[in-house]
Amino acid sequence: MDIWGYRRPDGRAGIRNHVLILSTIVCANEVADRIFRSVEGVVPVVHPHGCGQLGVDFEQTKRTLVGVALNPNVASVLVVGLGCEKMEAKMVAGEIAAGGKRVETLVIQEAGGTSKAVRQGIDLAEKLVRQARAVPLAPISMEDLVLGLECGGSDTTSGLAGNPAVGVASDMLLADGGTVILSETAEIIGAEHLLARRAVSGEVAQELLAIVRSAEGDAVRMGVDLRGTQPSPGNIAGGLTTIEEKSLGCLRKAGTGQVQGILKYAQAPPGKGLYVMDTPGQDVESVTGMVAGGCQLVLFTTGRGTPVGCPIAPVIKITGNPRTFETMEENMDINAGTIIRGEETIDQVGKRIYDLMRAVAGGQLTKAEVLKHYEFAITRIGPSI
Amino acid sequence: MESEQRGMVVVIDFLDNVATAVEDLKAGEEIRVCIAGRDTLLRIAQDVPFGHKVAIAPIPKGREVIKYGEPIGTSVTDIKLGEHVHVHNMVSNRGRGDLQMGVQEEQL
Repeated sequence: MDIWGYRRPDGRAGIRNHVLILSTIVCANEVADRIFRSVEGVVPVVHPHGCGQLGVDFEQTKRTLVGVALNPNVASVLVVGLGCEKMEAKMVAGEIAAGGKRVETLVIQEAGGTSKAVRQGIDLAEKLVRQARAVPLAPISMEDLVLGLECGGSDTTSGLAGNPAVGVASDMLLADGGTVILSETAEIIGAEHLLARRAVSGEVAQELLAIVRSAEGDAVRMGVDLRGTQPSPGNIAGGLTTIEEKSLGCLRKAGTGQVQGILKYAQAPPGKGLYVMDTPGQDVESVTGMVAGGCQLVLFTTGRGTPVGCPIAPVIKITGNPRTFETMEENMDINAGTIIRGEETIDQVGKRIYDLMRAVAGGQLTKAEVLKHYEFAITRIGPSI
Repeated sequence: MESEQRGMVVVIDFLDNVATAVEDLKAGEEIRVCIAGRDTLLRIAQDVPFGHKVAIAPIPKGREVIKYGEPIGTSVTDIKLGEHVHVHNMVSNRGRGDLQMGVQEEQL
């Protein structure tokens, strides 16, 4: 059975048809945000970066911005820049156009200031929305999906219920021929030996161990106890005691698939199957990296409850904590707390998650989409200079 | 990995020396737990909040705490059967830059 979506010129499949207002620089955020608020049918990407960045740090920010613009859920892009920044709007727009996507560029200094730029931007955005609405629906399939796996605000129910149920759904998508990305390197610490055994080759296993060593090495070099953030204070209140315990629970999201390769932050997977992306444990930065790598859909488990979404990809929220489902039902799509209560099995909830993924791929909105949660954050490698 | 998902606590693997409370446990109450395939009566020694761990075997100081069949850290005190296991009586073995520990190399 096919799903109705959007077939893009590069062959990839979108499950949304967004017109993206993309700020390339912190100085353009306000103008980008005013355009977003004035036009129906667009989504915003704003961030505090784009200037004072050098080397690999600059390259990573650029890769992320171009990556989200090229995400198949995006129909077209309005790039908004200031005019004097390192992350030049015209350069970013050029890379997006080279990727086969319709793009318009707005430079605030050329437009003649805030008000003129906002007026021009509204005109350009409205034109892009009209064009996007003319894109015809096309049949796509689960095989076309690139799924991102994320957990945030974890507690012990995440490892017992939410994550293993997601693992079942992840395995089902892999069986369909789809692609899955596991993220958050810091949350593999203590469980990397189990994941490394599932690597397709010794080389991939070594790459996995290397990124985990590097994440742990950051904490050791800084002379800090990783427990300052891993587990976080909320994780600890929820019963998680150590990073090893958190990681062993996190890993259950990735089901039983074989690891095909390790991806850099915001890098697109080169093939189908299960991949691990080197992202930080900060949820929004991690989701942003996976979406820049082409994820059209994210499964996000939470024990404590978190409202975060994403401007580009629908985020399906799953909680393994029955109390959190009751207190934050507005934000939760799936109650996996039935597993803790003994009312459903892990497999039954996994099947429900898979069915919801199909429905969301076909256009059904997630709670985070209805609430317009558009969190976006790019991780940094170097300092601002 | 076996998951016993009914009752007051969950034991994930037969190697585990801790179980996870899926109800608030009160000091003094006796609960039925399936430990290593055997139905056992466990006396709760301290209050254990929902989501927190309880010792289902005595864990002497310096011993590994096991959950999911894997080490999740080390006990820093003697932990008795039925006691609450958390940040007050166990520590992580990983990412401890504050202890100037070297990065541990995992064997495949």
